[in-house]
Amino acid sequence: MERTTIDLWFGAFVIAGFAALLVLALKAGNLGAERPASTYQVQARFDNIGGLKVRAPVRSSGVLVGRVAEIHFDNERFQASVTLALDSRYTFPKDTSASILTSGLLGEQYVGLDAGGDEKKLAQGDRVSITQSAVVLERLIGQFLFSKAQEDGGKK
Amino acid sequence: MLDRVKLTLGRLGHNFIDGVWRVGAMTRFFVQVIAASGTSARRFRLVMREVYFTGVLSLIIIVVSGLFVGMVLGLQGFQTLQRYGAQESIGVLVALSLVRELGPVVAALLFASRAGSAITAEIGLMKATEQLTAMDMMAVSPMSRVIAPRFWAGVISMPVLAAIFSAMGIFGGYLVGVVLIGVDNGAFWSQMQAAVDFRYDVLNGVVKSFVFGIAVTVIATFEGFDAPPTAEGVSGATTRTVVSSALTILALDLVLTAFMLRGDA
Amino acid sequence: MSEAPLVEIDAVQFGYGRSLVLKGISMRIPRGKIVAIMGGSGCGKTTLLRLVSGQLKPTAGSVRLAGETVHELDREGLYRLRRRMSMLFQFGALFTDLSVYDNVAFPLREHTDLSEAMVRDLVLLKLEAVGLRGAHNLMPSELSGGMARRVALARAVVMDPMLVLYDEPFAGLDPISMSVVGSLIRRLNHALGATSILVTHDVVESMQIVDYLYFVADGRVVGEGTPDEIRASATPVVHQFVHGETDGPVPFHYPAPDYAADVGLADAAKEPVHA
Repeated sequence: MERTTIDLWFGAFVIAGFAALLVLALKAGNLGAERPASTYQVQARFDNIGGLKVRAPVRSSGVLVGRVAEIHFDNERFQASVTLALDSRYTFPKDTSASILTSGLLGEQYVGLDAGGDEKKLAQGDRVSITQSAVVLERLIGQFLFSKAQEDGGKK
Repeated sequence: MLDRVKLTLGRLGHNFIDGVWRVGAMTRFFVQVIAASGTSARRFRLVMREVYFTGVLSLIIIVVSGLFVGMVLGLQGFQTLQRYGAQESIGVLVALSLVRELGPVVAALLFASRAGSAITAEIGLMKATEQLTAMDMMAVSPMSRVIAPRFWAGVISMPVLAAIFSAMGIFGGYLVGVVLIGVDNGAFWSQMQAAVDFRYDVLNGVVKSFVFGIAVTVIATFEGFDAPPTAEGVSGATTRTVVSSALTILALDLVLTAFMLRGDA
Repeated sequence: MSEAPLVEIDAVQFGYGRSLVLKGISMRIPRGKIVAIMGGSGCGKTTLLRLVSGQLKPTAGSVRLAGETVHELDREGLYRLRRRMSMLFQFGALFTDLSVYDNVAFPLREHTDLSEAMVRDLVLLKLEAVGLRGAHNLMPSELSGGMARRVALARAVVMDPMLVLYDEPFAGLDPISMSVVGSLIRRLNHALGATSILVTHDVVESMQIVDYLYFVADGRVVGEGTPDEIRASATPVVHQFVHGETDGPVPFHYPAPDYAADVGLADAAKEPVHA
């Protein structure tokens, strides 16, 4: 009698635990929709990646198409080399350009892909040749102030 | 005055040595428990019984506290995020803080004070009333019959409780954020899903709670087993279980978080 | 005592820390008998039981049980030996989280593969022997001290041991429970063909049931014999103990400096107070 109730409680407890984990995984986490079944990797070199991090999203037209898989510094070209893992469901032309963008003014940084017009498609191991670096706020402000100063100087 | 300083220093030194002794003895105890775990595997019903006492009976406090913690996080988060016009990120805030930190840590602290102290008191009383000696005299090892099942029950219960705590907390955050304050339902979940990674956040939380489960149950069973067989002995051991579990949980959390973040960056 | 005795204690010494509790004790406990070890509180009687059961190791001398030297056995050997003996603890030491039935069934379930039906028969048989078959559903917390002792007795004999050790079986019992437990010990010992060692300071009750007594005082055996011999003994310690005299070789006072000196009267006497 008592033994079966113990079994029952144990079963209920374990099931509750799995259910909670499932909620965390599917409802709160990204296990459900986001993890693509298979990916292909392409490289992109940037002069400056700003605050880009591994696992940052890669978006095209605002749709999530992949994630940043790896970032390292290319010591021969003195550039950042970023590996993008793209969902195999999506293909992009060879002349697609990659830029590092910021969501909102202070939001996280992500890689944006703009498709080109080439017939050939990007494949595993290819390189995205047209890239645009991250906008560094300090430089932007610096440039703005500099040009403002020049304008003022011109008026005098 | 000088005497008092000397006395205090002496006591500090004594406590330090006692602490070191405890760490060593506990490690040896841990190895003994592992070595005596055969019975627990062969007669899993023993473990299940203890899961009922440690895990199932802790459910109420875990569920209720999880809900409250989530609701408080929602309220506080909203106050701050509102200033930056980022109310929708409330889901992210609640979910990440729960899954990464508060879930495993607070659940472990609650577990230590609810179940850990009960384990210590129970084993201490069994020792004080000679039940452990009696068992030993019947050629039944208390290590494998009493200690090991409680240890494994704790190790099983802790991740389950932490997951339930986090889930309840997110539900609490949802209640406050979406139902009460009126943050957009879709934005709440989608932002959360975009920010919470299963492997890096959820599974790391599970790993943490697993480690905490081991730590708390080893401390609880050790203190009970080591308690002087008197009323004061048992009550002192119970207090020590709660205090040293709490300290151990927080210290381990620091170490684990440091490790996990390093792998993350 | 033609047969080899079941338990032989030979010149055993034992001490906690530096002070010796047992200072060379020798005893022979023959098979099938009930032997009492008596002595005042704190004379090392219980320590002696722990030595026989292998919970403690003697600092010198040897304890032999059924032909094996107890303190030289490894854990496995000790457990093998302990399956054939059992111990009744001072307050029963019933498992508080198990019912009376499960308590008595505990050794059977741990050590045998008997079917639940067999376990039930055996448990009820033993509970019937101690008169508590009707109480098998109760929890230990619901039992009186005497009943708990009887349940513990049923649990101790459920494996039909060859040797039963009793640690203060009469302590804290009312006179009726005391004689119930006493007669149970006697009856069960005969029914099982077991050997019993009683550690007790209850003279009257144990004199009625034991075959032989040892008196221990100050870590030594100071007297031994059958109950009749003990009653007639002229040894001062034994005489004092049997007749319950307050003062004698066992002093009433704990060693202390002179009472007058301790309360300051001596000084006062020497130096009269100047007003």
